[in-house]
Amino acid sequence: MHAIEARGLVKQFDGFRAVDGIDLNVPEGSIYGILGPNGAGKTTTIRMLLGIIDPDAGTRTLLGSDRPLSQSKLVGYLPEERGLYQSMRAVDTIAFMGALRGLPLKDGERLGRQLMEEAGLGYAADRQIRQLSKGMAQTVQLLGTIVHEPRLIVLDEPFSGLDALNQAKLERMIRAQAERGVTVIFSTHVIAHAERLCERIAIIAKGKVSFDGLVSTARDRLRPQVHLETETLDGPWRKALPDTVRQEGSWWHFTLPDSGVEPLLTALVEGKAGIKSLSIERPGLHDAFVAIAGEDAAAEMDAPTAEELL
Amino acid sequence: MIETIRAAFVIGRRDFTAIIFSKAFFFFLLGPMFPLLIGGAAGLLGGQVAKDIDRPVIGVAMSVEDSRQLLAARATLAEQIGERRLPELKQLDQSSATIPPETLLKDQKNGLAAVLGGTLDQPVLTGTQGPIENYRGEIAMLSAFAQNAEATKLPPVETRLVESSAGNEKQQRLVTAQGAQVLLFMLTMLLAGMVLSNLVEEKANKIIEILAAAVPMDAVFLGKLFAMLAMAFVGITVWSSVGFGLAALSGPALPSLPTPAVGWPLFVLLGVVYFTMAYLILGSLFLGIGAMAATVREVQTLSMPVTMAQLINFFLAMYTVTKMGEPIELFACLFPFTSPFAMIARAAQDGALWPHLLAVVWQAVFVVIILRIGVYLFRRNVMKSGSAGRIKDSGGKKLFGLVKLPG
Repeated sequence: MHAIEARGLVKQFDGFRAVDGIDLNVPEGSIYGILGPNGAGKTTTIRMLLGIIDPDAGTRTLLGSDRPLSQSKLVGYLPEERGLYQSMRAVDTIAFMGALRGLPLKDGERLGRQLMEEAGLGYAADRQIRQLSKGMAQTVQLLGTIVHEPRLIVLDEPFSGLDALNQAKLERMIRAQAERGVTVIFSTHVIAHAERLCERIAIIAKGKVSFDGLVSTARDRLRPQVHLETETLDGPWRKALPDTVRQEGSWWHFTLPDSGVEPLLTALVEGKAGIKSLSIERPGLHDAFVAIAGEDAAAEMDAPTAEELL
Repeated sequence: MIETIRAAFVIGRRDFTAIIFSKAFFFFLLGPMFPLLIGGAAGLLGGQVAKDIDRPVIGVAMSVEDSRQLLAARATLAEQIGERRLPELKQLDQSSATIPPETLLKDQKNGLAAVLGGTLDQPVLTGTQGPIENYRGEIAMLSAFAQNAEATKLPPVETRLVESSAGNEKQQRLVTAQGAQVLLFMLTMLLAGMVLSNLVEEKANKIIEILAAAVPMDAVFLGKLFAMLAMAFVGITVWSSVGFGLAALSGPALPSLPTPAVGWPLFVLLGVVYFTMAYLILGSLFLGIGAMAATVREVQTLSMPVTMAQLINFFLAMYTVTKMGEPIELFACLFPFTSPFAMIARAAQDGALWPHLLAVVWQAVFVVIILRIGVYLFRRNVMKSGSAGRIKDSGGKKLFGLVKLPG
């Protein structure tokens, strides 16, 4: 069962094709990352999936319905551009966001206070949003996203603008929601977040999905890298190394041959290479991203935004 | 539908409380005080100026005897028909009889508007066009009475006061109709215009994204519209309470309006209904227009043509007050933007109730249509929404979600 299915989504803005035939499958109960550089089409895709805008072509279902807004009570959404009523109290903001999605206001206020206490912000529950720091206001908005206990949470660049402490808090919250069986989808341009949190990812670049599947599958597209240091620089053992091997002094770097580790080790030992150091490194998601989306897209991915540098 | 109304209530409740509990709302309530104060001050000032302005004086350059008789006739008649109904007369020196009237009129010291010469039999009035046109009749009357003093003894007229007369009732109800129209227009213009800037906060604060992801845009528009309507009613309640309080204090000094054709209780009820409909029709239009604006500056730029359009509607409705049953009046009743104003005027002059039921239904339909067009344009032009996304096309394509399109 998929929480979200999209087929051939297309969206153009003034002749520019921001999303160009995207297909997605988000299994229920998973933590799903949408990765891509800025301007890749992540936000537009999310907005179409949630029914904020309709696509120019293609179809999508959200929790089984092709009318996403009809499922809004089961969905929590944190948009990329955060926005709150400045004169509203924090607890009222959470209750209001819950009420928009069908939660009675009184329940929303009670749960809002509870969530704020749990987040360590109980003392600020009755303060107006304009009296809160940016980080606190973001937390309030996040709490408003989950107050009605949705089945699906969609977070658009949720780590953007948060300090390291709050990023860690958010990661814990995402994991906690997933443990409750909630499907969590988030977009990010920081691969490390996706690598730590996600079981499945979609890589979007230039409005197209380059990859949609398990993180492990993405990594498995690349062979493990071997880093070997030997006492001798030549001998029969050299035949066991592939032609693409890169030598740096007594160090040898190469992709693990298809035959695996054991034949390599045997050749090295029997060929008296004199192994000083040997490590086999499984490719990270970043390497997989480079392989899938290309160097240019990868270079844009982890570059911090001006906001994040502040 | 129920879900849309529920969501509209949530949004409306938020907007309403945000407005009512803001400091700015207090100044909003004081708003009508300023035009009243300015109007009152201008009225007092105008009255004083009118008093201070000298009335035109006609110099009498007749023989001594004719002049004496003329002035005596004026004094007698002024007692009976009123001082201000007759021109001011000033007897000139006998020497002036030899001076041409044109010269007398040019003399700044005299300050004359006209000069009356000749005799009582054949008076000659010399002056500019205005005074001659205005006073030639009065001068002829005074000359006639001056020749026959007995005739100035006018018989006393016995008066008998009745509540109403058939000939007068229609005229009086026109006053009620026009008064109601003006009141309705003033309130609508004062209050519905505020809806123009209603979505700016949401767009500026990016809250629109949260709303659009959670509820249908129709609910956002509807909630905002009804929140502003509720706020308008709070304002009207406060203002009318103050108004009735002042009326109670001033008591019989206030003029009483003629009873409308449908009777006062029903007329007041219809007034509330038509204000609501006028507010919803114009408000839904303003909301749609305002939603297209990206900034407060754009909203301000838009408000001028919108106000002008409102005035045109009002003038059309005003014009049709005296044209009951004529095509232009029927058009004003049917045209959604003039319908509430034309119908309240109709309620003052015609006792039939069924047209009001039809009109309210008709107006409500237009509120829905205008609102849906506003939502459609907002989604298309501001949010840049497309038209696909559904797996199955169960209901066929609909224009603005209302009218099913062929094919």
